[in-house]
Amino acid sequence: MTEAETTIVLLSLKVAFAAIVFALPLAFLVAWVLARRDFAGKTVLQAIVMLPLVVPPVVTGYALLVWFGSQGWAGRLAADLLGISFAFRWTGAALAAGVMAFPLLVRPIRLSLEAIDTGLLEAAETLGAGRMLRFATITLPLALPGVLAGAVLGFAKALGEFGATITFVSNIPGETQTLSLAVYSLLQSPGGEAGALRLIVFSIAVALGAVVMSEWLQRRLSRRNGK
Amino acid sequence: MTLAVNIRLKTGSFEIGAAFRSGPGITALFGHSGAGKTTILKAIAGMVRPVSGRITCGGRVLFDSKAGIDVPTAARRTGFVFQDGRLFPHISVERNLRYAALAGRRAEPRRMEAVVDMLGLGEHMGRMPASLSGGERQRVAIGRALLSDPAILLMDEPLSSLDQARRQEILPFLEAVRDEARIPLVYVSHEIEEVARLADTMVVLSQGQVVAAGPATEVFGRLDLGPALGRHEASTLIDGRVARLDEQFGTALVEAEGTEIELVAPVLVPGDAVRMRIRARDIAIARDVPGLISVRNKLPVTIIEIMTDDGPFAELALAFGNQRLRARITRKSVAELDLKPGDRVHALLKAISLERRALIRHPPAKGESDTRWQADMN
Repeated sequence: MTEAETTIVLLSLKVAFAAIVFALPLAFLVAWVLARRDFAGKTVLQAIVMLPLVVPPVVTGYALLVWFGSQGWAGRLAADLLGISFAFRWTGAALAAGVMAFPLLVRPIRLSLEAIDTGLLEAAETLGAGRMLRFATITLPLALPGVLAGAVLGFAKALGEFGATITFVSNIPGETQTLSLAVYSLLQSPGGEAGALRLIVFSIAVALGAVVMSEWLQRRLSRRNGK
Repeated sequence: MTLAVNIRLKTGSFEIGAAFRSGPGITALFGHSGAGKTTILKAIAGMVRPVSGRITCGGRVLFDSKAGIDVPTAARRTGFVFQDGRLFPHISVERNLRYAALAGRRAEPRRMEAVVDMLGLGEHMGRMPASLSGGERQRVAIGRALLSDPAILLMDEPLSSLDQARRQEILPFLEAVRDEARIPLVYVSHEIEEVARLADTMVVLSQGQVVAAGPATEVFGRLDLGPALGRHEASTLIDGRVARLDEQFGTALVEAEGTEIELVAPVLVPGDAVRMRIRARDIAIARDVPGLISVRNKLPVTIIEIMTDDGPFAELALAFGNQRLRARITRKSVAELDLKPGDRVHALLKAISLERRALIRHPPAKGESDTRWQADMN
């Protein structure tokens, strides 16, 4: 691989990791609320969570640009409070990837939470376990297969995100040019097919590896959980 | 320590009213499915909230609607054994047992050893719950509940998911828990056999209401509970102690109410406390003690009540000392012998109708005795 290609790969991994690290806890929270709580507006929340999956990515990217751009209200808030700017930065690419991966994170986590027999929590309660202990010792370990499945799926999605990213933070080499964007650029320029092919092979390998690993981990965990 | 319950509950449109006190030993909540037994048990543990009323355990108030007290489940110290065990599937038997100590921050390691020994769990410590048989699972569940150091142990039909053989296997463990745990046990069941074997105190529920409560031997002797107890199984329990054995003929003599009852029981030892389950249909009534007759037992009893309808049967409630017996004879015999309440007669009982299956080792419950009963709300 050339130096430019290494930069692209490392940037893509950085963007995807950042996206999942920040999106995962939030996705768990949302999944837990959807699985365990009944409230007015639950259907609306459910729809909003699924939105990035069904709306054209370019629309999601445009919405991010409007809200999280340097002129957007959320963008200004982030700049003022946290000193983070998203516009045309790799952080923006991570945000776009996180938003696009979000529904893929929530779904398996929610399913695994719903599969937990709440009777086990009741049993823990009769033994004297408080809320935090029940969460840490029962809910979390039993939901782990779903969390892993979500994380791997979301990571693969984040790694390959294209539409929202290019709309939101453009295609800047070294800053926002991730794998998909680089492949797209190479295919647009004459004689770029060879470089594109190497990146394509790499992305397929990473995606395949991630899926295989998640399957293996899930099987191991499910066996341990007695299913 | 006594559990006192006086609550009203509502699940959907079904209303449950329960008022009773547990005695020492095992209190059985008995009734058909849907009588409200499990709901009451869950209310004691704080998993279901009563509409109104009061629950106390020893001196502690667990629930009091007037005072606005509703202790959360985790703080109630009510050990609970669920019908389906509810072992944590992702951790080993040993860690399931340790979880109780961790969660309650109470039990000490020495206690763990004792419980593991009592329930015979030593060889299963490293196994995962999914690989256990139904009986083993329930034993672990009982051990786990005990190790949370509960003030009271609640059991919700712990044998109902097991087949007959497994039940017989686990009953001795339940008896060991009763004899060694020294805390009140509340046992929900719809199996009269289990109740007869285990209960010291019995609370009979029907359609959400308590229809009888008191010492098990007394409740079993009541005629008016026919439908609630199941008519074909009509029987009574007599508690006694093995006085001596007749080794030449292989019989045992059990002392109860100043009378010796003879039975065939090769496994008994003098001094054993036993509970005999006597079926109403096995008892015959005689005005005078017959002379030459093979029946070994002729118990002096007084007729308390005679219940008849248009059918051929008559149900008799008999006082045998302080205990109760039931007899089922024909209405024709009642007429020919001219039996009336208050008559002193003899209950004839063949020694062989008291074979091994009708006998239960049943030492009297330890702990303070409490003889106050309240069968009705307020």
